[in-house]
Amino acid sequence: MKRRVTGGSALDRGRAVRFHFDGREMTGCRGDTLASALLANNVRLMGRSFKYHRPRGVLTAGSEEPNALVELKRDGTFHPNIRATLQELHSGLEARVQNCWPSVRHDVMAVNDLFAPFLSAGFYYKTFMWPRAFWERLYEPVIRRAAGLGRLPRAHDESLHERAFAFCDLLVIGSGPTGLMVALTAGRAGADVILAEEDRQMGGRLLSQAGQIDGQGAEDWVQGVLAELTALPNVRLMPRTSIFGTYDGGVFGALERVGQHLAEPGLAPRECYWRITARRAILASGALERPIAHPGNDRPGVMLLSAVASYWHRWAVDPGRVVVFGNNDHALASAQVLADQGMQIAAYIDPREDVAGDTPFPFHSGGEVVATRGRHGLREVTIRVRGRESRIACDTLALSGGWNPTLALTCHHGARPVWDEAIAAFVPRPGMVPGLEAAGAARGRFSIAACLADGVEAAQAALAELGLKAPDMVLPEAEDSAYALRPLWQVKAKGRAWLDFANDVTTKDVTLAAQEGFASVEHMKRYTTQGMAPDQGKSSNMGALAVLADATGGSIPETGTTTFRPPFVPVSIGALGAGAKGAGFRPERRTTSDAQARAMGAPMIEAGLWYRPSYFPQAGDADWRTACNRETGFVRQTVGVCDVSTLGKIAVQGPDAGRFLDFVYTGTMSRLAVGRVRYGLMLREDGHVMDDGTCARLNEHDYLVTTTTAAAGEVMQHLEFVQQAFCRGWQLRLASVTENWAQMAVAGPLAGEVLGHVLGEVPDLPFMGYCPVQIGAVAGRLFRISFSGEKGYELAVPARFGADLFRHLVALAEGLGGGAYGMEALNVLRIEKGFITHAEIDGRVTAFDLGMQGMMSSKKDFIGRAASQRPGLTGPERMQLVGLRPSDPQAGIAAGASLFQPDAPATAAHVEGHVTSACYSPTLGTWLGLALVVNGRARHGARLRLEDGLRGQRCEVSLCDPVFFDPEGGRMRD
Amino acid sequence: MYLPCPCCGWRDMREFTCIGAADYCDRPEADAPPEAWDNYLHLRDNPAGPARDLWYHAPCGTWLEVARDTVTHAVTGSTAVEEAG
Ligand SMILES: [Zn+2]
Repeated sequence: MKRRVTGGSALDRGRAVRFHFDGREMTGCRGDTLASALLANNVRLMGRSFKYHRPRGVLTAGSEEPNALVELKRDGTFHPNIRATLQELHSGLEARVQNCWPSVRHDVMAVNDLFAPFLSAGFYYKTFMWPRAFWERLYEPVIRRAAGLGRLPRAHDESLHERAFAFCDLLVIGSGPTGLMVALTAGRAGADVILAEEDRQMGGRLLSQAGQIDGQGAEDWVQGVLAELTALPNVRLMPRTSIFGTYDGGVFGALERVGQHLAEPGLAPRECYWRITARRAILASGALERPIAHPGNDRPGVMLLSAVASYWHRWAVDPGRVVVFGNNDHALASAQVLADQGMQIAAYIDPREDVAGDTPFPFHSGGEVVATRGRHGLREVTIRVRGRESRIACDTLALSGGWNPTLALTCHHGARPVWDEAIAAFVPRPGMVPGLEAAGAARGRFSIAACLADGVEAAQAALAELGLKAPDMVLPEAEDSAYALRPLWQVKAKGRAWLDFANDVTTKDVTLAAQEGFASVEHMKRYTTQGMAPDQGKSSNMGALAVLADATGGSIPETGTTTFRPPFVPVSIGALGAGAKGAGFRPERRTTSDAQARAMGAPMIEAGLWYRPSYFPQAGDADWRTACNRETGFVRQTVGVCDVSTLGKIAVQGPDAGRFLDFVYTGTMSRLAVGRVRYGLMLREDGHVMDDGTCARLNEHDYLVTTTTAAAGEVMQHLEFVQQAFCRGWQLRLASVTENWAQMAVAGPLAGEVLGHVLGEVPDLPFMGYCPVQIGAVAGRLFRISFSGEKGYELAVPARFGADLFRHLVALAEGLGGGAYGMEALNVLRIEKGFITHAEIDGRVTAFDLGMQGMMSSKKDFIGRAASQRPGLTGPERMQLVGLRPSDPQAGIAAGASLFQPDAPATAAHVEGHVTSACYSPTLGTWLGLALVVNGRARHGARLRLEDGLRGQRCEVSLCDPVFFDPEGGRMRD
Repeated sequence: MYLPCPCCGWRDMREFTCIGAADYCDRPEADAPPEAWDNYLHLRDNPAGPARDLWYHAPCGTWLEVARDTVTHAVTGSTAVEEAG
C-alpha cells in the first residue's frame, strides 16, 4: 500500500534515507522521524506492551509517546526505550522492537494476554504472596525476568555525553504560537532570551495544521518570526532541547539531542545535559491531546487525532481510511480541514447528541466506538449510535478526548494545579514555581489568537519584572474559535478499554483498585502501575483519575492528581553523568614524587583523592609481601624514605594562635616551646575523636598543625568554624599549606647519615624537635618525629623541590642498603608500634577507648570536653583498643574480622569486638592486629575466637598491649 | 539553587556544604548542665517556614548563616558567622 501523499513540510522529498527496522531494510526521507518513516512504510506494529505483550502501534507524534519505544543500535552497543516519535531518521539507522521474542509479530510472551483475568491490578501483590518458601527461589526470578521495559546493554555505555551551563534573562519553554510571541516580544526588548524546543523544528502545532496567521500560511508566519529571532544577537534558539525539570533559584534541567540524529556524529556528543539558570521563565509548552478509553483502543492504527494531522502535514503520511472519534469542537473542525485536504475520513463519531455539521463525511452524533478488530493492526471499528451497533471498515482510528495543558514543570516544587471545569482539565495557578509562569495552551488558552495574545502579555509581565521596557506589539490575526467539549472518560461497553498503554492498565484495573480500597490516587497509581512507564502517563493519567473519581463517587478535583516529579522526559544516566566517567569522576591529587614512584614500578593506591605508592617491586619478588617485608626491614635495620606530603598541613599564625590551639586540641599547645613538636588529639564537639596529628611551634606566633591524610579537609573546615563562631576578634589566621610543602620521612638507624649528606651537618635535634634548615639555597624544615618507631626525621621543602629531594634521598638510602618504602610497609611499621590511623579513629571511638584519656586536659575548656565526659562514653562497657596475636603466628588475620568468646555462637549478639588493622610483622615473625574489644584494656592475656565470614578465616587470638615492638620507645628517642 | 556568600556573592549550591541548624553556633558555657549540652548537640527544631541554616563555603572558607524558608525554598539572606551576634 502506498502510504505517502505529496508534500510534507518536514521532509526533503528528494533525499531518500535507507534504514533498518527489525532487520528489514526500508527507505524513508530526510526529515522523517523513525515513527513517520515506519508509518510511510506501512509499519503499524512498533512494539509490544509491558504486561500482556499486546501489539502496539504509535499513538502520538511527540515525546509523550507511550508505545513506540524501540531499541537503537549505535556506538557499538544499543540504547533501549528510544521513542520512535523523537528519533530522527538518518542513513544506516538500525532499530529493533523490544519486549518481544522471537519477533514482534509472533511474541511468545503474548500468552500473558490469555491469562489477563489473573493478571489484574495488584497481581504481583496477590500472586506472589505465598507460600513464603517460593519468594526467593521462584517468584523473584520470575518477576525479574518479566520486569522492565526493554533490555539493558551489558557493556559500559561508551557513547559521548556532554554537560553545559547557560544563563539568561528569560527562558521560553516551547516554540508554538505562544512561545514564538514571547520570544519575539522579549527579544525586541533586548532581553537575553533562550527559546527551547523539544522538536527538531520550531513552531509547535503551527507546523501541523493548515490555518492562516496575519494573512499568510501558519508555516510562513513561523519562518518569518524565526528569521527575525535568528537575527537578534540576544536570542538563542535551542531546538532538540527538552526542559525536564525546574529547580530552586531559577535553575532548569535540559537535555539536548546533539548527535543522536546524525549518521556520522563525529565528535558530537550523543546528548548534552544543560543546566540553565534563568531570571524569569515562561512555560509555553502547549497542551497534549488525550485519548478516549473505549474497548480495543490499543490496536495498532489507533492514534490521537493531532498525531494523524501531524503525520499528514509534516511527513505526508497517508493514514488510509480514517474514523475520527472526538468529543470536542476542535476535533470536528480538524476532521473537516483534513477532509478538505484530501484525507479519507470514513466517519466522524461524537458522543454529544447536540452537535451537527454539514460535513463531507458521515457524521454520527450521540455515538461511541465500542470495539475494534484487526490482529496486528486495525481493520474495522464497531460504533454504537443510540443503542444500535454498526461496523465501519478503516485503517486508522483518530481519537480526540480533549486537551490537557502541559503543566508538569509548574508542579515540580510541590504545588498542585486547579481544575478548570470549562475545559475539563487541570490548569496551573500563577506562582507555583517562583519566576515561572505558564502562558497560552499550557494554561488552557487554546485558540491560536488567544495564544498569540497570551504570549505577548506574559512576555510584558516578565519584562516588567526584569526592568526592561516592553516594545509595542501588534497582534497578528489568527483563528479564534471557541473550544467546547463534553468529557468522555470511558466508553462503557464489553471488553478491555486501555488507559495506560505502556503499562497495560485498563479502566477495569482502576475500578478494581478502588473496590479493593486503593481509592486514593497515589495508592491507585502504585497498585495498578498507572503512569509509571517511561511516558509517565502523560496521555493517560487524566483519564485514569477520572475513572477513579467515577468509581469512588468523588469529583475529579476532589480526587486530585498524583505528584509531578522531574524528569518530565526520560534522561539517560549517561547524560546525567556527563564528564564524570573514568578520570573525570573525581579529581586526582598527585604528590611531587608521583612520577618517580611510578617510574620505580610502584603500584599506586588511592588515599582520599591522593595517589600513593603501595610498594616498590624488585626483580625476583615472589609477591607484594616480599617487597613489603624488605621495605619494613630498611626502616628497622638501615634507612627508608617515604613521601608523607599528603598529610594535611595547616599554618596557624597570630598572637592568639596558641590560645586557639588549646581550644581545639585536648592538650595544651600554648606552652609548647619554640622548636618543639607535640602529638595532639582533636575531638568533635560530641566527644568522639576527630583526628590526631602533630603540632609544631615554629616561632612565637607561628604553629604548624598536621592532620591525617584522610581528615585534612574535615579538620580545616572544623578549625575555620571554631575560629569564626567562637573566637571572634581573636588575632589569628589559618591557612592550608598542604600543597605548598613536600615532606619526606627519613627513618631508620641510619637516618642521620642520609641527612648528613643532604644538610652537610645534622642539627642536634631532640626527639619531637624542630628546626629550620638550609639545603643549599633552599630553606627547609626539619622535624624529628616518627611514625615507624625508629629514629626518624621528616624533611620539608617548598613543593617545587620535592621531586629532586625524593630522588636524592632515595639514592642516598639505597647507597646505605635501604631505599624507598610504600604504604604497605608504612602500615606494618605503625601496627608494630600500635600507632593509630582512621582505621581505629572510625568516628565512634573516644579518647578513653584509645587509652588516651590522659591527654585530655582538665584545666581548660576545649571542643568536645563536655560531651566526652557524659555517661556511656567511658567505662568497661566500651570497646577499647588492644593488640591481637594469633596463637598460631602464621594464622593470617584481616581487618574486619569479628571476635567472640571461644565457645560463643558467631552471631551479632555475641560479638565482643572487631579487628581494625592487621598485618604480617616480618620484625616479630607473626601476624599482628589492632582491635577494639569490649573492656579490652582489662583483658590483656584473654583468648578469643576470631571469625571472618567473608574470607573464611577462623583462629584463636590473645589480647595484649597494642604496642608490640619497642614498648619503651628507646629506638626513636635515642 | 544559589546561596549568597557574604564574601563571594551569589554562588552555586555545589560549592557549599550544609551542616544543619545555626543553633550550632550557640555553644553552652563549659560548665553548663548536661541538659544544655544535650540540647546544643542533639535537639533541633524542624520548622515549616523561616529557618536559619549553617553553611560552609569551601572556596573561601567562610561559615555563614543562611535565612531560608523551608516551605517556599526562598533564600532571603545570609550573614557571616564571624559577624553574627
Ligand atoms: Zn565565599
